Amino acid sequence: MKIKFSKKQKKLLCRIIAGAVMLIAALLIPYDALPYGGMIRFAAFLAAYLAAGSGVLIKAGRNILRGQVFDENFLMCIATIGAFAIGEYAEGAEVMIFYLIGELFENYAVSRSRSSIGSLMDIRPDSANVIRDGEIVNVSPEEVAVGELISVSPGERVPLDGVIEKGRTMLDTSALTGESVPREADIGSEVLSGCINMSGLIELRVSREYSQSTVSRILKLVEESSSNKAKTENFITRFASYYTPAVVIGAVLLAVIPSLVTGEWSVWVYRALTFLVISCPCALVISVPLGFFGGIGAASRNGILIKGGNYLEAMSRAEMIVTDKTGTLTKGTFSVTGIYPEGVSSDELLRYAAYAESYSSHPISASLRRAYGLDIDVSEVTDVSEQSGGGVCANVGGKRVIVGKRTYVSEKCGCDIPAYEGAGTVVYAALGDTENVGSRYIGSIIISDEIKEDAVSAIAAMRSCGIRKTVMLTGDTKAAARETAEKLGIDEVYPELLPDGKTEHTAELKKQCSKNGRLIFVGDGINDAPVLACADVGIAMGAMGSDAAIEAADIVIMDDKLSKIPLAIDISRNTMAIVTQNIVFSLSIKALILLFGALGITGMQAAVFADVGVAVLAICNSVRALYYGRKLQKKEMLPEVGFET
Amino acid sequence: MKKVYDLQDLDCANCAAKMEAAINKLDGVNSATVSFMTQKLTIDADDSRFDKIMKQVVKTISKVEPDCEVIM
Repeated sequence: MKIKFSKKQKKLLCRIIAGAVMLIAALLIPYDALPYGGMIRFAAFLAAYLAAGSGVLIKAGRNILRGQVFDENFLMCIATIGAFAIGEYAEGAEVMIFYLIGELFENYAVSRSRSSIGSLMDIRPDSANVIRDGEIVNVSPEEVAVGELISVSPGERVPLDGVIEKGRTMLDTSALTGESVPREADIGSEVLSGCINMSGLIELRVSREYSQSTVSRILKLVEESSSNKAKTENFITRFASYYTPAVVIGAVLLAVIPSLVTGEWSVWVYRALTFLVISCPCALVISVPLGFFGGIGAASRNGILIKGGNYLEAMSRAEMIVTDKTGTLTKGTFSVTGIYPEGVSSDELLRYAAYAESYSSHPISASLRRAYGLDIDVSEVTDVSEQSGGGVCANVGGKRVIVGKRTYVSEKCGCDIPAYEGAGTVVYAALGDTENVGSRYIGSIIISDEIKEDAVSAIAAMRSCGIRKTVMLTGDTKAAARETAEKLGIDEVYPELLPDGKTEHTAELKKQCSKNGRLIFVGDGINDAPVLACADVGIAMGAMGSDAAIEAADIVIMDDKLSKIPLAIDISRNTMAIVTQNIVFSLSIKALILLFGALGITGMQAAVFADVGVAVLAICNSVRALYYGRKLQKKEMLPEVGFET
Repeated sequence: MKKVYDLQDLDCANCAAKMEAAINKLDGVNSATVSFMTQKLTIDADDSRFDKIMKQVVKTISKVEPDCEVIM
């Protein structure tokens, strides 16, 4: 670790060294042997004191003129001047020097953690290489317009969102998603700004201007997150505003009352000065926001954007998780999961269905065509008639094909069709000649949404991190919903809901949470803005593309991995634990010193030392919040390494 | 109107809290937060007299911490 001081810190360091040297000199002078020994002694210590503390004195004087009575500088001055007044010269100078050392440490620790968090978030591209008139021009990303072509070399950060026009490469998306496995990108792939181009030279057609680009949006979100303060943070600042006056009043009382009783003014005044030394609530006030900021930083490195300390706090109290189904638990892409032919081969059945549906753009038709796989010769398809929400009739290669819902198909072909019992959307098919004579049922095709690979383990992980209840809300049919829920191990299902029904149910479920428990809603950000807003914490998944989702959600998960939800809970709990440790630790140390100071067990030096020590320890502890995710990632990666060796 | 300003030399967490409280008390300020970590002031104030309010804000900040500067 290389230590680099800022200008201000260097100044502080000079003061400390000057003060310390003069203090040592002052301690070594044999005053008794000198004429006017007492005066010289006073002058020597005063010189050391002023060398170190003149800055603090000036600040204190300035602040008192501005009406800041309970200013830390001012109180420190009173304490040290008080020490001089009662003849404890050495102590006065020492306390001032220790105080400055503490300031330096604190300042250094804070600026280091600021910069380490800063560098973590530093995904801002410096420049873009735009191709204008066949030449590469290096400009700032703000100057590039939508539709321009930019070139990105290997090792460079992608400056703007765009689509690849030339070249293929591997992309490191870890700054955006926390995913360490590189992603392949080819012509036509969409590339988000903030990724790092790893292997090949690519040319991108810019699709969004810089202010709308992924990088800008993430940076804005993270920056704004610090303005949504957590309750704990607000509590601490409120507490701090009472703490200092209370300690000062305590000091006054301690100086006056026992002295009046015992008459030992210098003893009690000295003890009261000890109070003033630790009247600054800095340790608390610094370490709490630092902890939250670290937690938000750790989350964002893992591809989880948290919009504020308040949401981090709420997340740590997650008790119930309500999720949307399509696009959240499932991939949201329909695919053929079952083919049940009747009197024809399954290939034939699929072929007829795909041909008949070839003119439709419905997702179900698309999934039929995808399952069929081969090219469709549309010239074979004639006389198409579609009934919206029912099905399609078409002539395919000299045959009349009817596909669609059961009622539709049975009505059209006039035959009896057995109903399929189970989850998923069922497409029934019937076949006859072109005049629709002799139509018969030829089978059914089941189309359903696929469950995400990590959904089962993510739900289990949620449970093991203390989620009491998982609920699924969906617009799907009862059977489909129940089947998905059973596969995933979800506790409760509310099927066949319209969007406003989801909001109602969420509000209802919120009442079931305990007083401190929080309800988390997870959606894919499409059409669920009202629900996201209604929940205690709204999480939007895979939302990098959708502005509305980023706007409505409190937490945005950049990829579509459900496993990020238990991770987010973990990070939030770890952060809250650190914040709580800091609060308890600094408060109890302060209380202890106040007590010992009042009893005369600790002197001023010990008090100032303990006080800054607590602050520095609390700051260091807070930084742990930042590194939480990293440790987890390493742990996950270990087994892979194990296989290789 | 909501705006974000950078604060230079905001060195003391307690001062940040004091500033925040003082700025929030100013007339015309709807809400303000001072983030010690990001060294930023987020302020939401009346559109019509925003500049006037900002002058007040700068004054308030230098009252709490004379070294701290608002980058406009």
